[in-house]
Amino acid sequence: MRKTTYIQAINEAMRDEMRRDERVFLMGEDIGHYGGLFRVTRNLMEEFGEKRVIDTPISEQGFIGMATGAAMVGLRPIIELMYMDFFLVAADQIFNQAAKMYYMTGGVVNVPLVLRGQHGGGKRYGSQHSQSVESTFAQFPGIKVVTPATPYDAKGLLVAAIRDDNPVLFLEHKMLYFTRGDVPDADVDYVVPIGKADIKREGTDLTLATFSYTLLQALEAAEELKAEYGFDIEVVDLRSITPLDMETVLASVAKTGRLLAVHESQSNCGIGAEIVARIYEEAPYLLKAPARRLGMAPVSIPVSKVLEEEILPWKKNIKAAVLEMLR
Amino acid sequence: MTKPSLQASIPSALADVATAKVTLPNDELLKMYRSMFLIRRVEESLLELAESGKIGGAMHTAIGHEGSAIGAAWALNKTDYLTCTYRGHHHSLARGMDPKRAIAEVLGKATGFAKGKGGSMHFVDPSLGLMGANGIVGAQVPHATGMALAARIRGEDRVAITFFGDGALYQGLMHETFNMAQKWKLPVIFYCENNRYSEMTPISRTSSVSEIYNFVKAYGMVSVQINGNDVEVVYATVKEAAARARAGEGPTFIEGLTYRLSGHMAGDLETYRTSEEIEMQKQYEPLAVLQQRLIERGVSEDQLEKIRAEVEAEVEAAVEFAQDSPWPPIAEAYTDVYKV
Repeated sequence: MRKTTYIQAINEAMRDEMRRDERVFLMGEDIGHYGGLFRVTRNLMEEFGEKRVIDTPISEQGFIGMATGAAMVGLRPIIELMYMDFFLVAADQIFNQAAKMYYMTGGVVNVPLVLRGQHGGGKRYGSQHSQSVESTFAQFPGIKVVTPATPYDAKGLLVAAIRDDNPVLFLEHKMLYFTRGDVPDADVDYVVPIGKADIKREGTDLTLATFSYTLLQALEAAEELKAEYGFDIEVVDLRSITPLDMETVLASVAKTGRLLAVHESQSNCGIGAEIVARIYEEAPYLLKAPARRLGMAPVSIPVSKVLEEEILPWKKNIKAAVLEMLR
Repeated sequence: MTKPSLQASIPSALADVATAKVTLPNDELLKMYRSMFLIRRVEESLLELAESGKIGGAMHTAIGHEGSAIGAAWALNKTDYLTCTYRGHHHSLARGMDPKRAIAEVLGKATGFAKGKGGSMHFVDPSLGLMGANGIVGAQVPHATGMALAARIRGEDRVAITFFGDGALYQGLMHETFNMAQKWKLPVIFYCENNRYSEMTPISRTSSVSEIYNFVKAYGMVSVQINGNDVEVVYATVKEAAARARAGEGPTFIEGLTYRLSGHMAGDLETYRTSEEIEMQKQYEPLAVLQQRLIERGVSEDQLEKIRAEVEAEVEAAVEFAQDSPWPPIAEAYTDVYKV
């Protein structure tokens, strides 16, 4: 084990898979010569050349469509979008094309495509560069949605995404990029399976199910709730949204009897709403108190620091929600 | 409103590139005739099935468009990738798709090429290089271009051809794709089947560009306008474009002028054109043109009749097969969501 940043972990996953499998190639804006807006694709063009690391024009729909086509004939493209918000520009190619191709063709054409995108609030980028829209993607069968929060999970899940035979949305929160964590040595080949949650903190009083950057906020909130109130919160890192590992969530709630689902995307019609609905459908008898969700307020993301802090479901808001449920 | 006329807009000589034309031997032309007549009869049979209520949803037939499909199919290999629009039955049949599987698919039967899940708008068969018709206007164009990119990355000697209608030129992603294809000199052929109507609206009412093949000139792409109803012209032009693509010279845009004799889709009220216009166009439609040419080159009417009778029997059997085929098992609704 060694410590790397989240960025480094993602960069290594792509590099290792490109070395291992010549079908893997990259497309995106400023990813080659510049090395990516956030330097995630640094040095890859130097190693793999312009044929496999392709600097595209600002034509998201066009190049995601081309990547879909290349994937339809067996290559394994990885798309980088510097902001997840831009995936909406290419919505048809993602939702109507890549996600549905395998089904529409009766299983004769599949699309092994990875869509990497940076997302989330916290850096005052405002309404069109801060969104988390993974629940929109989760509405479309055929596409997997992966949301790692640690460098270890980021590398292992990206390797799994690249080896997957389906389109995978891989989300990288902008607040996670410079976080550091343990990652196996460079020569260790490991995979984190898509669709498997991970308990990041054990506890007995309440299950907090979350993913991506709100996981770190939830862990901090849990420590403070322990120190300040003596509550023991169990924090479940979902890691994948599609498929959703309800088994791990249910096992945790069996222990705690309480569930709060937290995410940065919209509360309305979100993943939290889904998890809460499913616990009532599948195991309502586990609950000692009503299950709840906490997402973003139904507004667009403002730029002002104080306004952004108000609406994001981060530590302060997580603690408040937990206290309402436990007091 | 002036109705557009095919006669007026088929040029005798191309403005930019002389019309490539070959004289194919009669036996090849007879095979083309057979395939073209088969497409025609399949489409007519499907329209009859639709009228009798046996086909749901939207079905877009290509009666009158057969020239582009046949000419291109003969000019390319089955290893060359092809994508097309929801008006795509003709491209699949021209490449050799079994009409049984085609009709069964449109009827939603288990014996269809996609087990009844894709239907009329999603014709596909990778073993014939048919990589998918598409329900969204223009969406298949970057797919073929990406397949050309894949061929480039793998170092394979394949080209991709993508068919779209005149209406697709007004989708933004087309222009994104043209730019990348030309910039990277990808082995792709952009074939526009210009039937003069974007669904029910003549492009003259919505386009600020009167000649479609001019669009891509800003990208520096070689672009030609041809008579898309003449299989020998289509064959020669696609052949030349494929040779350019294989030689690394990049994409070619082909505007093949044609005319859709059937409605936009089954059940189209066709209030946008007169029956006189349709009658007038019949003298230029590809099957009539090819038949006339074969007669002029010494083929007897008896020979043609024999082919037509064979095809009639084949299509009749295919319709019967499709109608008699079982529905897909209910469990099929839940499969093919993810590849495992």
